[in-house]
Amino acid sequence: MSVQPVVLWTDALVFVLLAAVLVLAWAIRRQEHLRAPWAAVARRPMAMGAALVLAVFVVIGLLDSLHYRERLPGSPADAPQYSVEVLSVFDALVGTLRTQHEKTYSAPLAMQLYAKEFVERDGETVRDYPRLRYGGAHLAHAGERRPDIAWRSVTGLVQGLVAGVLLFGLLAAWQVRRTRTSLDAWLSDWGAGRLGWPARTVVVVVSLLLVVGGVIAQLAAGYHVLGTDKVGQDVLYISLKSIRTGLVIGTLTTLVTLPLAIGLGIAAGYFRGWVDDVIQYVYTVLNSIPGVLLIAAAVLIVQVYIESNPELFDTAAARADIRLLALCVIMGVTSWTGLARLLRGESLKLRTLDYVEAARAFGVSHARIIGRHIFPNVFHLVLIAIVLDFSGLVLAEAVLSYVGVGVDPSMYSWGNMINGARLELAREPVVWWQLGAAFAFMFALVLAANLFADGVRDAFDPRQGARR
Amino acid sequence: MLAYVLRRLLYAVPILIGVNLLTFALFFVVNTPDDMARLQLGVKHVTPEAIARWKVEHGYDKPLLLNAEATGTAQFTDTIFFKHSAAMFAFEFGKGDDGRDIGNEIRTRMGPSLAIALPVFVIGLMVNITFALLMVFFRASYLDLGGVVLCVVLMSISGLFYIIAGQYFIAKLWNLLPISGFAGGIDGLRFILLPVIVSVVAGLGSGARWYRTIFLEEIGKDYVRTARAKGLSEVRVLFRHVLKNGMIPILTGAVVVLPLLFMGSLITESFFGIPGLGSYTIDAIQAQDFAVVRAMVFLGSFLYIVGLILTDISYSWVDPRVRLQ
Amino acid sequence: MARIGTILLAVGMSLMAGCSDSWNNPYPGSEPDANVLYSAFAERPKHLDPARSYSSNEVEFTGQIYEPPLQYHFLKRPYALIPLTAEAVPRPRYLDAAGNPLPDDAPAAAIAESVYEIRIRPGIRYQPHPAFARDEAGGYRYHRMTAAELGDKRRIGDFAHTGTRELVAADYVYQIKRLAHPALSSPIFGLMSEHIVGLAALGETLARAARERPGAPLDLDQFALDGAQVVDRHTYRIRIKGKYPQFIYWLAMPFFAPVPWEAEVFYAQPGMADNNLTLDWQPVGTGPYYLAENDPNRRMVLKKNPHFHGETYPTEGNDDDRQAGLLADAGKPLPFVDAAVFSLEKETIPYWSKFLQGYYDSSGISSDSFDQAVQFSSGGDPQLTDSMRDKDIHLITAVAASLWYVGFNMLDPVVGGLGEDRQKLRQALSIAFDYDEFISIFLNGRGIPAQGPIPPGLFGYVEGVDGLNPYVYENRGGQVQRRSIETARKLLAEAGYPNGRNAKTGEPLVLYFDTMASGPDAKSRLDWMKKQLDKLNVQLVVRGTDYNRFQDKIRKGNAQLFEWGWNADYPDPENFLFLLYGPHKKVGTGGENAANYDNPEFNRLFERMKDMDNGPERQQVIDRMLEIVRRDAPWIFAYYPKSFGLRHGWVMNVKPNLMANNTLKYRRIDPELRQARRHAWNQPVLWPIGLLLAALALVIAPAVIAWRRHERKLA
Repeated sequence: MSVQPVVLWTDALVFVLLAAVLVLAWAIRRQEHLRAPWAAVARRPMAMGAALVLAVFVVIGLLDSLHYRERLPGSPADAPQYSVEVLSVFDALVGTLRTQHEKTYSAPLAMQLYAKEFVERDGETVRDYPRLRYGGAHLAHAGERRPDIAWRSVTGLVQGLVAGVLLFGLLAAWQVRRTRTSLDAWLSDWGAGRLGWPARTVVVVVSLLLVVGGVIAQLAAGYHVLGTDKVGQDVLYISLKSIRTGLVIGTLTTLVTLPLAIGLGIAAGYFRGWVDDVIQYVYTVLNSIPGVLLIAAAVLIVQVYIESNPELFDTAAARADIRLLALCVIMGVTSWTGLARLLRGESLKLRTLDYVEAARAFGVSHARIIGRHIFPNVFHLVLIAIVLDFSGLVLAEAVLSYVGVGVDPSMYSWGNMINGARLELAREPVVWWQLGAAFAFMFALVLAANLFADGVRDAFDPRQGARR
Repeated sequence: MLAYVLRRLLYAVPILIGVNLLTFALFFVVNTPDDMARLQLGVKHVTPEAIARWKVEHGYDKPLLLNAEATGTAQFTDTIFFKHSAAMFAFEFGKGDDGRDIGNEIRTRMGPSLAIALPVFVIGLMVNITFALLMVFFRASYLDLGGVVLCVVLMSISGLFYIIAGQYFIAKLWNLLPISGFAGGIDGLRFILLPVIVSVVAGLGSGARWYRTIFLEEIGKDYVRTARAKGLSEVRVLFRHVLKNGMIPILTGAVVVLPLLFMGSLITESFFGIPGLGSYTIDAIQAQDFAVVRAMVFLGSFLYIVGLILTDISYSWVDPRVRLQ
Repeated sequence: MARIGTILLAVGMSLMAGCSDSWNNPYPGSEPDANVLYSAFAERPKHLDPARSYSSNEVEFTGQIYEPPLQYHFLKRPYALIPLTAEAVPRPRYLDAAGNPLPDDAPAAAIAESVYEIRIRPGIRYQPHPAFARDEAGGYRYHRMTAAELGDKRRIGDFAHTGTRELVAADYVYQIKRLAHPALSSPIFGLMSEHIVGLAALGETLARAARERPGAPLDLDQFALDGAQVVDRHTYRIRIKGKYPQFIYWLAMPFFAPVPWEAEVFYAQPGMADNNLTLDWQPVGTGPYYLAENDPNRRMVLKKNPHFHGETYPTEGNDDDRQAGLLADAGKPLPFVDAAVFSLEKETIPYWSKFLQGYYDSSGISSDSFDQAVQFSSGGDPQLTDSMRDKDIHLITAVAASLWYVGFNMLDPVVGGLGEDRQKLRQALSIAFDYDEFISIFLNGRGIPAQGPIPPGLFGYVEGVDGLNPYVYENRGGQVQRRSIETARKLLAEAGYPNGRNAKTGEPLVLYFDTMASGPDAKSRLDWMKKQLDKLNVQLVVRGTDYNRFQDKIRKGNAQLFEWGWNADYPDPENFLFLLYGPHKKVGTGGENAANYDNPEFNRLFERMKDMDNGPERQQVIDRMLEIVRRDAPWIFAYYPKSFGLRHGWVMNVKPNLMANNTLKYRRIDPELRQARRHAWNQPVLWPIGLLLAALALVIAPAVIAWRRHERKLA
């Protein structure tokens, strides 16, 4: 089946960002003084473990950012027609997880719906919990469910462990060859944590991730691991799809923040005078307006724009996407002030340093001074701000969606999940799994991000840790 | 000192005008006065005449920013923007779209907002400092490590979960406190407890961690070593010197939010049914009641600027080297 | 440490002291066994002026305070009008163009004017209010106050003196004039000026007068209204253009309730409005209750009107009512409860929890959050969960006189138009949107699949298989069953879109669905919509937007498919069929016909039907109209929502009456039972606190021990 690739705005930006990060990484690798703090980050077990977890999220998010539209079956080859539904590579990989809809709510790993219905049984109508269409459909009766779940879990566990051990073996073999030591020696070094990098943590975390992945994969083949939502969609699928939304908000917002914060912050501190006055004026004004209001207004503006240009947004995904982008932009516009203030203060100090004054005396251009002397000296602040802000932004998305000014209601996001949980918690019995899933996923991502951010901050700025 | 404050307040005028213009622009880019009228008049039987009448009654029948038909200064003054903004600088907020006097509303809602925000601020500060001091006291032990991890964990949980969990367990499952509501006086205590507990716990993670680093930085300084060398006990050192000096950045950092306490918290108030200014703002945004939104933004910016001034003053008090000019 | 303990102790003491009642009681200081009803409101009412309040959350209050001449019978179904303050339900007299009387069966075309003469009962008195208060000389005490005298009085209770006065016919006429008042922008002014003689002209006169003397209050007594005149102290007359049989229903709404001129004069004094003393906030009525406390940010309290004229509980009802115990109080004087406390409750979870804890007596009918507690099944009866039945919670259901539909914009080039292919396209889509499933998933069974524009309970609705919509449903063995998706596919092919492709170009059929969905449920609903058209291989793009944008699109006719609903103003089929009447098109005329449907045959029949009296002849015309609408399918008739409410065992006399808005006076409660149950349900659970303290001790103890050891070593 042929497909038509679709590049949504956020997709494009996400990949631009990815490219930029790769280029930066490449540049950093070549410069010893830039590489050193990163090497320090890599030596921290906590940071490395968190980075691995983050990597899993990022990979899922990236896979979910490769969008396409399927060709409609039977459409002519010379003038192909495509479905209006926008899918992603991630959707294709998880396969049936997306399509296996139940009728409505079902609990995690259940084989029956959550509410009783009239069902036909032996020609008689009785009130009972109807069986699910997909979840546990392979079971003949309820008694088989627990053993089956146990068996699948064990299988997944073993598979994950085997994969982990295999990878470990490969790593050991490679390391042994590279460092020309004996396997025994390497293993004992590994066990004692004397390798110079947190190999123990990496191995343990990778194995854990593999085990969790294995168990989930095994169970997901036969059940809805985290239950289903109101229209019967798999909650695991929804949670996984929400990862991209969270990541996009966390990263693209920064992309908007950075030029504003760096440009205006340094300009204010370096040029002083009226430039400083104007910039300070702008950010005081922005700062003093409640963020929720700015965001609500921006979201409305985008909606008006969409309505007046419907031909630009031919799919629901494109409409939701532009709203997401708008949210990132406006959150960026409201959140650059903190960093800008910090950079202004730092630049004020830097411009009085002897070598900067000297450069100015020699008539070096402002752009050159800023590029050569100021910016490199505040770069660590920027980096720390990026990693610290990330988790805050992910959390903010949830609150905004809850207030009703967040992402599009048709978008998968943790905020929308929590929003839905408002009604679910008032049910009898309580439907907790959507809230629980959103909690678990958000918590994992934000915790990993926070731990990683700690590592980065300590490595780049061991003294300035007090900033937050 | 007085001159300084006066000048700073004078500087605030252009900022407030800017804030006003921005709010105004944001609002009217998306909403025409017609939209507002329709929203207020409801769905059924709305005629164009009714909309026209509504606009006249609420003063939205004028051009937005520039009145081309008028002459002289009236070109600028006979507009929606001017008519609705000028009075604000005298703190005359006019009436909301529902006909209630906004100034009145703000006065009555300030109390409930403060009833939540002030205890959250004070108790939060105390709990955070206590927690941070404990961690510093037991630094480099399992308690410190556990405390830091706990802080990061607490930080990683969305505020919404604290509220939902607090209401679910404390109020619904264990029947310990009313789940929502508000009352004045001593009766109100039972309503305040739950939101205060939830807010304090929600802020504990980041707050305690931040204060811990401040104290740790302080503890590394020379005078502490000197004090210890003098034979002062660890507890003494902590409370006499570290806490005292650590409080300076903490308090000056906290001063900026003090005036904003009046504004209340948007989310907490909505959840717990507190009739404060936070829920007022949220309601107004959702109902697109421009008059209220504008008034609240104005008030918020004003208080923010007051906070900035207070911060400067508190710096000069704490550190005599900083001179206000 | 000790200090914290003291604080905790103090807090605990104050908790205990203030309340022998439960810790979580949200009404501290209230009498435990007071005869008070506790309820909630989700949105603060905007207007309490009877000329303005229209939405249900406002009428919930005004309905108890103001008394229009007529009301709906509490128990009778179909809904029947009975007198409230009137002596009898008025019958119109018809006049021809020359003013000569016509017989009742005169053709509508010949009728130039209908005259309603309403006699109100003497001796009815207003609630106590300072506007009526008189001084020793007999003059009005509070009618010439200065701003200084007013001072900081912000509530009606701040005025020391009150008075009352007898209700007279002039008060009713006064209120009808107020409908035309330019400053009030009454929502029904546009509609009523088409019907009441001279109301439009009065509106213009008043607007002119207001322009000439800006700022000065208008004295409505100075302006005459031809269509509403006082006949004698207790009689007034309303003149209606032509024949408008539905007018009688308006006489049961607060729009036509009396307003005393004293109140207007009182509230028009300087400084009143700034202190929130306006008629819009402090109503003055003759009803069973008056608004004693108006704090819409927190709570509203209605109290028994000491001057209430008296009324007794209805004695007529059917057997179901008798069995449900609804006739137990027959003949007893109303109202039963002394006061009603409405608390603001915006969030679902607190609302629901407080109801379960016994702090709300009953849920509001049709409040969305409460449907969750009930288990429904496809086609099954609603049932409460076992735990709720154990708590003696009862369920009350009723079909609302409302309709939800998905409209097609008939001006749209793809789905609009009256051609046969377009009809088939719309019919196919009507079958595909499986609202039977929608009802079971989203409404928990709280709805009935709609067969046409007229909901049950109204004249013209036909029950069962005889009333099914033959284009979407079929009769399978006496059961109304949705037609198969194959039928829809066939229709779609005949419409020129075999398998969802344009037969000529091969392009897929892409439809756009506009909705203002927001809120917790939105995402699921949008997903469901898409799923429905997947069945036909038709692509659906859902465009969610906000209220203003949605309205704008509908007004300009830019929508394609859209979701809309209508609540009856009064129980007459005209109130639904006029939504499809061509001259009421949204685009161009700004009417209520959002689909812009315009079928000449239908229009002609509508004009005939609207003036007819209920009877077989009218039914015939309606049947023909239904046939046309079902064939043309300008709407997908989605569902008639069922509203239901929950009540605790101590609340009596609850029967949903979706037309009447003054049902509070019938409600009776058993405060002792309530107190006992509340006490039993709200025992605090203390072990978590103990656990928390133990955990804290467990964590800190080793550290303290370590520190002690460390100190000792140093010492």
